[in-house]
Amino acid sequence: MRGIASAVLLLCALDRPLLADTFAERVAPCLACHGEKGYSEHPAVPSLGGQPAPYLLIQLYLFRENQRSSLYRRDDQMIQVMTEMTKGFSDDDLRTFSDFLARLPPPPTPPTPPDAPELARMQSGRALITQHRCNSCHNLDLSGRENVPRISNQREDFLAKTLREYRDNIRHGYDGVMASVLAPVSDAEIADLAYYIARFR
Amino acid sequence: MIGRPDGNEAAAKLAPIASPPLPAPADKLPTAKLKLPAGFNVEVYASGIANTRSLRVGDKGTVFVGTRFGNKVTAIVKKDGKTEIKTVAEGLYRPNGLALHKGTLYIAELSQVSKIENIEDVLDKPPKPTVIYTDLPKDEAHGWKFIAVGPDGKLYVPVGQPGNNVLHSPAHGQIRRINLDGTGAEVIAKGVRNTVGFDWNPVNKQLYFSDNGRDWLSEDSPQDELNRVTKVGEHFGEPYCHQGNMLDPEFGWGRSCREFTPPIALTGPHSAGLGLRFYTGTMFPKKYKNAIFLARRGSWNRTNKFGGDVVAIFLNKDGTVKSIEPFITGFIENNNYIGRPVDVELMADGSLLVSDDFNGAIYRVTYGKARVAGR
Repeated sequence: MRGIASAVLLLCALDRPLLADTFAERVAPCLACHGEKGYSEHPAVPSLGGQPAPYLLIQLYLFRENQRSSLYRRDDQMIQVMTEMTKGFSDDDLRTFSDFLARLPPPPTPPTPPDAPELARMQSGRALITQHRCNSCHNLDLSGRENVPRISNQREDFLAKTLREYRDNIRHGYDGVMASVLAPVSDAEIADLAYYIARFR
Repeated sequence: MIGRPDGNEAAAKLAPIASPPLPAPADKLPTAKLKLPAGFNVEVYASGIANTRSLRVGDKGTVFVGTRFGNKVTAIVKKDGKTEIKTVAEGLYRPNGLALHKGTLYIAELSQVSKIENIEDVLDKPPKPTVIYTDLPKDEAHGWKFIAVGPDGKLYVPVGQPGNNVLHSPAHGQIRRINLDGTGAEVIAKGVRNTVGFDWNPVNKQLYFSDNGRDWLSEDSPQDELNRVTKVGEHFGEPYCHQGNMLDPEFGWGRSCREFTPPIALTGPHSAGLGLRFYTGTMFPKKYKNAIFLARRGSWNRTNKFGGDVVAIFLNKDGTVKSIEPFITGFIENNNYIGRPVDVELMADGSLLVSDDFNGAIYRVTYGKARVAGR
């Protein structure tokens, strides 16, 4: 299963048309990986639905400037896939893409049954959210605003990876706020946070 | 996290505010709304440079600009009425800190310092910076740097506390100095939370530095600090004691503020006092001679914005603070920022440059009839 998923990922990441003219052609590779309905079906690729435009603009800028890492294996090479995708983007391109992507609908809330979440992990995740005040910046419903991303119903694997990377000073945010918040958080706590946020209702 | 409110509408007002990553267009800059004392003028010196942070002026008049979010160090050259913007180094990581000494540009990234010699002679084809110092932690929190070369010919490099309020290692929370080849590191100030600006008093040659107080304790305290180093290795209190008289509720137990050197002035709650310079020019009125200009980038962890201005700090003969007066205000409109001052720097003619990372612009303040619009 994992092999198939990686193959899909590989294909979607490679699909940047060399001679794209129209905006639809240029944005197609974004949607191929991140999902045209706002949610991603590819491992470790974030859902972009419902993200605030200012947050998306900051991320696209950081990718273009090669300040945020997006390492992926292509053939036998590791590449900065998002830096490659945004190469040559003008400032106006960054604005156009972030405005467009911000209009994708938020990822759907997972149904309770049949994916009944483990109560203990949900309780642990909720307690950690309160303890670390995630919801004072990301909003009570974790929907994000302005420069702060929506995290509710984000992919669990992406959440866990991102939280670990912030804590370990690998994910470069705009400033050091997330690194500071996550400094004392353990791997097990990160797993519960990601579990809870991905299933947030 | 003590004192930090639960998530609610009130808490939302206390969250960090991001500067836009792209610079504002020249016709959207707030200069017309800025207020200065009578006789002073402010104009746009340069715009369209993303996230303008630390400023340095070369002997030949080149203005160098560091950045926190981009990967470049930029040079601004004004010649025959034209402004040229050149990239002197790129592919860097958080090149926020810049210093100039005897023609050499020093660049501080998050965890290393490099240099380009005779920078003003090689602006069109600068060589790659040569790394001189790498013995720095890689923490993101308070990892970006302000640097300067002191009157002792050494390079001063701060290492911030790696978080809002943490019991940090001895390698953090300090200002150290190194020889210009990167050797001989020596800690000269401890207990420093996050300084993003310092300069030397031209009269007593002492180092004065701004330090940002912790967040999430309360809206009105602790205040940010202006400190002065009178002997090597002094401890300024963080994270045990804030603003010289307030023990930290987490780490202050069993400690006393008397153990530490108090600040010489408090510069306001969450006000984010960053870049500062002593005024040694002759263009401004006499009262500003040897006064400190301090850029306060402005609060985020506070319901009503505070700071977001440049203040003038006047000193007594003994180097203590006599008074603090507003110098440039007007960056806050309806409790929103329309600009955020980060650093100040003197030009050879005595005018004052101010960087604004919110708009990606640099302003120039002149006095009297010295205004040279459009240059």
